[in-house]
Amino acid sequence: MTAPRTPPATVPLTQLASVIRSKNSGPFELTLDIMFKRETDYLFLKNSGVFTPGLFASLYGVEPDQVLRVIHFDPACAVKATMVRPVPSGGPGDTDVYGAQQHAPLLGLQVPAPPTVPEAHPPHGPAREQGKGRACH
Amino acid sequence: MTSGGGACDPCPKDAAEVGPAHTADPGGPAHPRRQAQFKVLSPTAILGYGFPVESFARGMARRPDLIAVDAGSTDPGPYYLGMGKSFTNRAAVKRDLEIMLEGALGAAIPLVIGSAGGCGAREHVEWTRAILEEIARERSHRFRMAIVWADIPRVAVMGALRDGRIRQVSAAVALTPEALGRTDRIVAQMGVEPLIAALDGPRGGLLDWSSDKSPDGPLDVILAGRSYDPAPFAAPAIRAGFDPGLALHMGKILECAAIAATPGSGADSVLGTLEADSFVLEALDPGRRFTKTSAAAHTLYEKSDPYRLPGPGGMLDLTAARFIEVGDGTVRVTGSRFVPDDLYTIKLEGAALVGYRTVSIAGIRDPGLIAQIDSVLEKVRELAARAAPQVGSPRLFFHLYGRDAIMGPREPLRDRLPHELGLIIEALAPTQDQADTLCAFARSTLLHYGYPGRISTAGNLAFLYSPSDMPAGPVFEFSVYHLMEVDDPLAPFPIEFCQVGE
Repeated sequence: MTAPRTPPATVPLTQLASVIRSKNSGPFELTLDIMFKRETDYLFLKNSGVFTPGLFASLYGVEPDQVLRVIHFDPACAVKATMVRPVPSGGPGDTDVYGAQQHAPLLGLQVPAPPTVPEAHPPHGPAREQGKGRACH
Repeated sequence: MTSGGGACDPCPKDAAEVGPAHTADPGGPAHPRRQAQFKVLSPTAILGYGFPVESFARGMARRPDLIAVDAGSTDPGPYYLGMGKSFTNRAAVKRDLEIMLEGALGAAIPLVIGSAGGCGAREHVEWTRAILEEIARERSHRFRMAIVWADIPRVAVMGALRDGRIRQVSAAVALTPEALGRTDRIVAQMGVEPLIAALDGPRGGLLDWSSDKSPDGPLDVILAGRSYDPAPFAAPAIRAGFDPGLALHMGKILECAAIAATPGSGADSVLGTLEADSFVLEALDPGRRFTKTSAAAHTLYEKSDPYRLPGPGGMLDLTAARFIEVGDGTVRVTGSRFVPDDLYTIKLEGAALVGYRTVSIAGIRDPGLIAQIDSVLEKVRELAARAAPQVGSPRLFFHLYGRDAIMGPREPLRDRLPHELGLIIEALAPTQDQADTLCAFARSTLLHYGYPGRISTAGNLAFLYSPSDMPAGPVFEFSVYHLMEVDDPLAPFPIEFCQVGE
């Protein structure tokens, strides 16, 4: 009975990615990695140009010049964004010495939907996070 | 230098503390390549993280040419460098070293330990050396060891700063004489050259590696201070004539051991086999394997640019690198290139004391207080500053777990009200006493603060512990994280040769 639905314009990043993580890149930088499950999705989003310094700056509420570089790394179907740490690792006022828990803003990100979309509910964490209906900034 | 029972004895004077007159060019093989393969066994991601003996034994059965291990990282923060302490556990490091040493001595292959003690400063190297000496005593081992020191005197850095030979790197602030003045301990990441010189031995490589155990024979253990992570894995292979780009890239992956395999683990062993134009990665636990993606993905880890990895003396260029699955859970990598720099630089690391910390941990469950927590904490901050006037330039931090303690102003869900909050009051002051005082004032003021609409008048905080306040000791910051130009890649890293065990 269901009529064919028009594909959605956007999908949660968590539906396409297998890894979303943050980590120090040295004590003064924070680097974010997004790895995709399918090469087609990775290439689709790479070509869509959605991952820009401006995107990461708005997600994290910082000036674009704080995002040092965004790199697409084909061998791992991965996007990497590197930002200036607000406080150097382990210094006064730092809140995450390894920088390993700074990825959450990416979990709510909506990205352009590729022509076909993999299964809607990944088995763990990220699905729950985006399921709260939080819009991307 | 320690000299008690079975300790490291100094070598003849002419050899001690001097790097042999041998300079390897990482851009080209140091020696002609005489073997088809060079196998490197990486037991664990960090010395002291452990590994299954079965994996290690499988690796040894493959007759490796080298056992190498990275002991260091800047990830745990500046405290360990500042204090000269290891971030790893002594008993765990000893257990790992016992197995590696047994394997290396039994097979007559070198064991190379990089960034000893976690940060690779003199105290960290001495700490590791004492463990090795203890093992030698207990197990009646006798072996030859080279120690490569990585401490850089502050005057040398000051001179380089004056001469314009210090370069800023990453997002670190510019180095100033003031910051240098506050920094007691500075190390530099060594490249492969000092390690190759150490492997060459006190006679500068005049003796064949395969010669027997004469006093002048080959080195059994290289104990290195702060090292570029891949260098302990790559140096012996480059010395044996293999391509520096491939050797360094293989080292880059092997230094994290099975973290680069799938499922990943920081506490399991892997083997790398270097050939003339490629290298092969394999996991040593049958439950793990390398895949094209796991190997390539690891290249991203903790790096800001996966294509260009700068290191001592040059850059590892991976733009042409290819990852190919060759069956049985192994991956072959080709195309990695080393591009030498015009000017050789080494990366300096230093940590400066910024004060002392005291913390108090408490929970808040009252919705009325949670709803106005920011204005209450602001008031407490004012009152505490007034009540503790003797404290010079103190800093008070309130960390609110359950709201934004992890991401601070970057937290997208900052405005959502939780039903409970975890609060850490952190006082930072020039002395421990002053930090204790400031923390105590902030804690007692907040405990009994009468905020508007308060109905819970017996106290605002659920303390987790008695005592509520904990002096947490010295606090450091990374004050030096810069590149220094050097004329000779060996000169900053003195080598000491010695014999361990009776």
